[in-house]
Amino acid sequence: MGFADGHQRANLSGESHFYKHKVDVAVAYCSWFNFSVRNQQEQAMSKIRLLVGTKKGAFILTADGKRKNWKVSGPHFAGWEMYHLKGSPADPNRIYASQTSGWFGQIIQRSDDGGKTWNTPGSSPEELKSDGGMPKGESNKFVYEGEVGKHLWYDGTQHPWEFKRIWHIEPSLTDPDTAYAGAEDAAIFKTTDGGKTWKELSGLRKAKSNLWQPGAGGMGVHTILLDPKNKNRIYVAISAGGCFRTDDGGKTWKPITKGLKSQFELPDPDAEVGHCVHRITLHPSKPDVLFMQKHWDVLRTDNAGEKWTEVSGNLPTDFGFPIDVNFNEPETIYVVPITSDSLHYPPDGKLRVYRSQTGGNEWEPLTKGLPQKNCYVNVLRDAMAVDSLDKCGIYFGTTGGQVYCSANGGNSWNAIVHDLPAVYSVEVQTLK
Amino acid sequence: MIRVVLPFHLRNLVRVDGEVELDVAAPVTIRAVLDALENKFPVLQGTIRDHGTLKRRPFVRFFACKEDLSLEPPETPLPDEVVSGSEPFLIVGAMAGG
Repeated sequence: MGFADGHQRANLSGESHFYKHKVDVAVAYCSWFNFSVRNQQEQAMSKIRLLVGTKKGAFILTADGKRKNWKVSGPHFAGWEMYHLKGSPADPNRIYASQTSGWFGQIIQRSDDGGKTWNTPGSSPEELKSDGGMPKGESNKFVYEGEVGKHLWYDGTQHPWEFKRIWHIEPSLTDPDTAYAGAEDAAIFKTTDGGKTWKELSGLRKAKSNLWQPGAGGMGVHTILLDPKNKNRIYVAISAGGCFRTDDGGKTWKPITKGLKSQFELPDPDAEVGHCVHRITLHPSKPDVLFMQKHWDVLRTDNAGEKWTEVSGNLPTDFGFPIDVNFNEPETIYVVPITSDSLHYPPDGKLRVYRSQTGGNEWEPLTKGLPQKNCYVNVLRDAMAVDSLDKCGIYFGTTGGQVYCSANGGNSWNAIVHDLPAVYSVEVQTLK
Repeated sequence: MIRVVLPFHLRNLVRVDGEVELDVAAPVTIRAVLDALENKFPVLQGTIRDHGTLKRRPFVRFFACKEDLSLEPPETPLPDEVVSGSEPFLIVGAMAGG
């Protein structure tokens, strides 16, 4: 009996629970079969590209949608610190990269062919000469707008802003030539010409920046989130600065820290700035819901940051760096608990990703395929990413040079590579 | 012709294998050589000297004829051997590792 035949007979008989049950099972099987076939087709037609920034260069890891067999390309920009690479959602072949060095400063690199070749933006021969015949070469020129200003220094005095590097690049959701760059010392810059020139959105530093203070890792804008439903809304997070939002495209910003408690660092319970926010994330379908990994505490907001609520729940420790959301399940989130701010490695030498399928509070450890003894690596704030396949892929890199992949939402993990330099950042592109 | 030796990473950045040769009008000073270098390779702006202030970056050093010129004023004339091209002007990443 075919499924269609059974379905027809059940409709004709009207009262047959037996047939009804069989039809339900058949339909369910059919749905599963179709889903499975669709899933396999999607996997076969998709390609995953991981952009990995490390302490000594960049690496590009590619696989098909099954995410089992990986090719490794790199090191690109060997020997340089690659803080972050990210592709444009509007043109996946357009990739921006932040290349930096304690010796030689900041370089911006751009690829227009998916990472095969790279150039500093604006460096083609016809672009190098301005009207006056002088070179431009301004793709690495990050100059604070107006009076430089001062922020809080370790000794309680005020210290002038000094540009050090770009921590994070966030390409526009719609325009490949537009991107935002998060800087240390903390500021946000914007390009609208593909990275040839950058201009500070200086309103951010008017948000009580005299009270921002660098932590041990520096004072950088490490997270930039673009609201997919409101082009004028942007969120940023700053280590030891806090969390901020603009609703006018970057002209004005306000702290969004109500509900954060940092009693050891900030005695003032109502302090608006100075919170050491490690990472924030959102799901594109619900951009008013944000999740935060703070220095201590995991939190969520359901109203675009107006009020935060702690959701650390049963985590073994709520210190950590990255946090991310499952692409297919907006209430499924992932963190990597780290022992403490004094001990930057996993508790008990066991590398465990924790998953909450309830938007926080109830957490389960994910350990299959991850080292469960003698593991003392860290996972940095920008080193976790998720793909957009039906079986959501989760990726993270460690300071020990491993990049792990889960092709099933975190249920099991495999190391794609074991021995890269310390991983600073991981981004993923799902290519159809 | 002024000969300039770049450090490994800056050679890679501007995609040259050996020395860089520059035409520099007299007087040949540290500043004049760096200006000419950045004119030829604009991507080097900001990598040797800070944007705006044009101060030498902390971990970049200048040498010529076995002399450390890093702390000399930018207007300092370079040795005759550099001006004649018999000796190169060396831009070096300081040994400040870690």
